[in-house]
Amino acid sequence: MRIGVIAAQGAFVEHINLLRRLEVEAFPVRLPRELEKIDGLIIPGGESTSISQLMAEYCLSERVRALAREGLPVFGTCAGMIMLANDISDGEKVEPLGLMNIKVRRNAFGRQVDSFESDLTIPALGEKPFPGVFIRAPLIEQVKSGEVLARLGDGTIVAARQGQFLASSFHPELTDDPRFHRFFLDIVEGCD
Amino acid sequence: METGTWKVKTGLAQMLKGGVIMDVVNPEHAKIAEDAGACAVMALERVPADIRKDGGVARMSDPAIIESIMKAVSIPVMAKCRIGHFVEAQALEALGIDYIDESEVLTPADESHHIWKQNFKVPFVCGCRDLAEALRRIGEGAAMIRTKGEAGTGNIVEAVRHMRAVMDGIRRLVNTPQEELMTVAKEMGAPFEQVSEIHKTGQLPVVNFAAGGVATPADAALMMQLGADGVFVGSGIFKSKNPALMAKAIVRATTHYQDAKVIVEVSKNLGEAMRGLDIKQIPEDELLATRGW
Repeated sequence: MRIGVIAAQGAFVEHINLLRRLEVEAFPVRLPRELEKIDGLIIPGGESTSISQLMAEYCLSERVRALAREGLPVFGTCAGMIMLANDISDGEKVEPLGLMNIKVRRNAFGRQVDSFESDLTIPALGEKPFPGVFIRAPLIEQVKSGEVLARLGDGTIVAARQGQFLASSFHPELTDDPRFHRFFLDIVEGCD
Repeated sequence: METGTWKVKTGLAQMLKGGVIMDVVNPEHAKIAEDAGACAVMALERVPADIRKDGGVARMSDPAIIESIMKAVSIPVMAKCRIGHFVEAQALEALGIDYIDESEVLTPADESHHIWKQNFKVPFVCGCRDLAEALRRIGEGAAMIRTKGEAGTGNIVEAVRHMRAVMDGIRRLVNTPQEELMTVAKEMGAPFEQVSEIHKTGQLPVVNFAAGGVATPADAALMMQLGADGVFVGSGIFKSKNPALMAKAIVRATTHYQDAKVIVEVSKNLGEAMRGLDIKQIPEDELLATRGW
């Protein structure tokens, strides 16, 4: 199994390291030719304005949209989740891929001093709480199709799945818990 | 729900990796930086080249200027406080700044002690000239490190020296036998726990950016190839002939730092880069990198 990780800007190395620990072939993607022959794609956390620009300019956005139409599974964390959405409530600065029918809000919890850690109950990953790391995180205002995977205690939606697409407000790649990535790899395997 | 943890402090720096953090002095500059793809901006009253030229005591910027920049962009905003000036840091934290740079570019407030950064919820980035200095700052609670370079010169030579010194320090520790680590820590003047950790992992526990002298796309890519996780550009953008173009070019060169074809493309027709200074021509007491220890 080969998983590409968009390396325009942001925490792509963390995803690659976690996938390699799971003995999956993972590598950075900066140009469209590096998208060939991949089984799944991850869009990491970083600055969505920066990632969106670099993906559009080097024709990654166009190619990812085409591959997604053909069934490529894509997982986005934080800024990556913003890139997956088709509706951003304050999104004039970001040009998303629009692959998921969700509405998201950027920097929804405030500035860096409001960044937080919180254990999450994610039924799809089993009973053990999942360590949620939220950094200037976005939230999901609405899941228009697909399913909600995780909520905060107050009901705020922080992860969702729609077919072969997976999105989280938080950063599983900054933890030692590989369950979220395994969940994505199961989706990738199911698509073969 | 826990805020201000080590994980979220170091985590924000991880999100900035592969990106360019630009010095800006007003909301217009901040927007140019954001439109060019900067991953964060550093809000200042004057860029380092002007601080160097003007002389006098350089302090934390007017909070009103910082606030206007915070309102203008959606990317993270950093600001500088003087070395050891923990009240300026408290003020910046109260302002809601995303990262504080305890910076040698400003005139130090304390010649012996840096800020005890562990007590703050807001994360700090600090400059270093070698691995030992980086580890002292991390020991005090810095969640991100950058080379000092020599700010405001447009001359990359000091940033290269400092980055090589950090990387060389790491390689040495990896190859030092366990029983010699305590002596090495003593001689380096670095906390033993940090020294021991690097011996084991072979890498810094926090993100390490290049700073101090980056003036062209090739400078940025050079620092990335030397092992930087990202790049600060101080005077290099808004002291160049065409800031918007230079900003875009440096962002692209930082992402595609291993791709010489991209470097060539983005380096074309940028107009004049900032005027550089020969470090040897600068009187010793005007060097910024020697501030702090």
